[in-house]
Amino acid sequence: MSPALPATDGALLEARGVEKSYGHVRALQGTDFEVRPGEVTALVGDNGAGKSTLIKILSGTVQPDGGEIRFEGHPVTIHSPLDARRMGVETVYQDLALAEDLDPAANLFLGREVIRPGLLGALGFIDKRAMRARAAESFATLGIDLQDMDAEVGMLSGGQRQTVAVSRAATWASRVIFMDEPTAALGVVQAERVLDLIRRIRGSGKSVVLISHNLPQVFQIADRIQVLRLGRRVAVFRADEVSMEEVVGAMTGAAGEA
Amino acid sequence: MGRDGTPVGQAEQASVAGEEQEIRPRLWRLAAATSTWIFLVLVVIIAVFSIMNFEAFASVFNLRNIMIDASSLLIVAVAMTFVIITAGIDLSVGSVLVFSQVVAALLMRAMGAEGLGVILAGLAAATVSGLAWGVLNGVLIAKTRMPALIVTLGTLGMAQGAALLLSGGINVRRAVPAELVTTVGIGRLFGEIPYLVLIATGITILGGILLHLTRFGRHTYAIGSNPEAARRAGINVSRHLIKVYAMSGFLAGVAGYLLLARFTTTTIEGHGTTNLQAIAAVVIGGTSLFGGIGTVFGTVVGVFIPAILRNGFIILGVEPFWQQVAVGAVLILAVYVDQLKRRARERA
Repeated sequence: MSPALPATDGALLEARGVEKSYGHVRALQGTDFEVRPGEVTALVGDNGAGKSTLIKILSGTVQPDGGEIRFEGHPVTIHSPLDARRMGVETVYQDLALAEDLDPAANLFLGREVIRPGLLGALGFIDKRAMRARAAESFATLGIDLQDMDAEVGMLSGGQRQTVAVSRAATWASRVIFMDEPTAALGVVQAERVLDLIRRIRGSGKSVVLISHNLPQVFQIADRIQVLRLGRRVAVFRADEVSMEEVVGAMTGAAGEA
Repeated sequence: MGRDGTPVGQAEQASVAGEEQEIRPRLWRLAAATSTWIFLVLVVIIAVFSIMNFEAFASVFNLRNIMIDASSLLIVAVAMTFVIITAGIDLSVGSVLVFSQVVAALLMRAMGAEGLGVILAGLAAATVSGLAWGVLNGVLIAKTRMPALIVTLGTLGMAQGAALLLSGGINVRRAVPAELVTTVGIGRLFGEIPYLVLIATGITILGGILLHLTRFGRHTYAIGSNPEAARRAGINVSRHLIKVYAMSGFLAGVAGYLLLARFTTTTIEGHGTTNLQAIAAVVIGGTSLFGGIGTVFGTVVGVFIPAILRNGFIILGVEPFWQQVAVGAVLILAVYVDQLKRRARERA
């Protein structure tokens, strides 16, 4: 990963005192958050704790009202998902953001189509063969067997769709992948496959931030657990040093705050 | 094959089996495509008319006439294919076509109605007029997020009213240079292939290439399929939609100009249902009104089914009004098939 990590405690991406209000609703009230290189960080909290808002701010779809975001220790402003992308940050949205009528390769390269070389490329001709080959390669690297690379994504099962969305993020992200409830809509076996995929992504040195309500799953996969409550981060745990009761306590406020 | 001592026969069998696995889903998909079925319908219609009266129906003269008649609708329908694939609609094409004709005709008449300069000025006037309406449609739809149905219904009325105001409600005559009429309008390449048909074919092929082989086409499908996903993938959805509607207006202008060349006069009253004919052709061709699905090939078939039905019924002495009934039925069938496929997918 990055050779220089002088920032606060070696964080790759961090939020400091980030605030966001929607009208009278204060979704984030000065929260902190860190993503460390090569770790799976679970972001947990009750409904309305501000998890999705925080992810949206860090992935560039929402602009914060206040606070600071740092990338590799330097303050940055993430105006759009394109800015986040340039920093090597990709997001798997809860709705997956797939074009259901296009095939997996087309979705993998959506907005980043490979253009043919030479004159045809200058005219905007796309290189479907190259995209298919590279997509197949990408899926193979991540251990995904889609069977039918020609089927439009809408014909795939929920689990396969999820893996297409996750692979897209994994293919393009060089640093951080945010995932919003990636297993919420899946059965046990399919969810397990997505968790495997996340482990493989971590194995490649990338960081994963996972929003999840499923605490057993969080304990299964996360290195670190950060808890949001009422728009603030109230606790950071190492997953192997904490019990589920303590996490739930922090989420609900039963543990008492500092 | 046959290396490493593998019996050639076995290796070949294995590779054939592999290829079959590769090919079979593709054949399957082709067979399942609405445009394939609708193409077979067209073939059957042609076969039936040919059997019933080969001499009259399958003559070069008759087929050429069918193609000339279909050429302007084909041009409009190719652009409409892009619009509908984005899950949009353009009701204004007929009025935009007429408006472009009127502007071009008035300009050419004012310039003396003869010479290459006038011909080119007329072409520029028609295409720029069409483009302007298209851009207006696109900007209103993309920026204000009003439904395309309402925006283009509004510009339909505006373009039609403006055309009538400019022309005083009377067709503009003595405006089209004779050189334009004898070449583009009624001329034929090598005395055989009408230039109108050549131009329409060229535009159709270009449209097919643009839709199926370029990034522009890919983004068109993506936007129709899931605009939010396209936006998040970094595609400038507003700008793309403006281009698509601009193209629709532009090609309506081209079609208007070609009709001007063919009939030597504007056709103010002739395009009240051009929009619906184009939409019907696109939808019959398997393009989904919900966006994300469609082909230019399907649209070509969708243009020719009504054209050939009308022609065949006339030749066979069937009341030509039956054509409207038949086309309506085919249209409903095509949309029904699309619905069935969507439902099957939702179940998947």
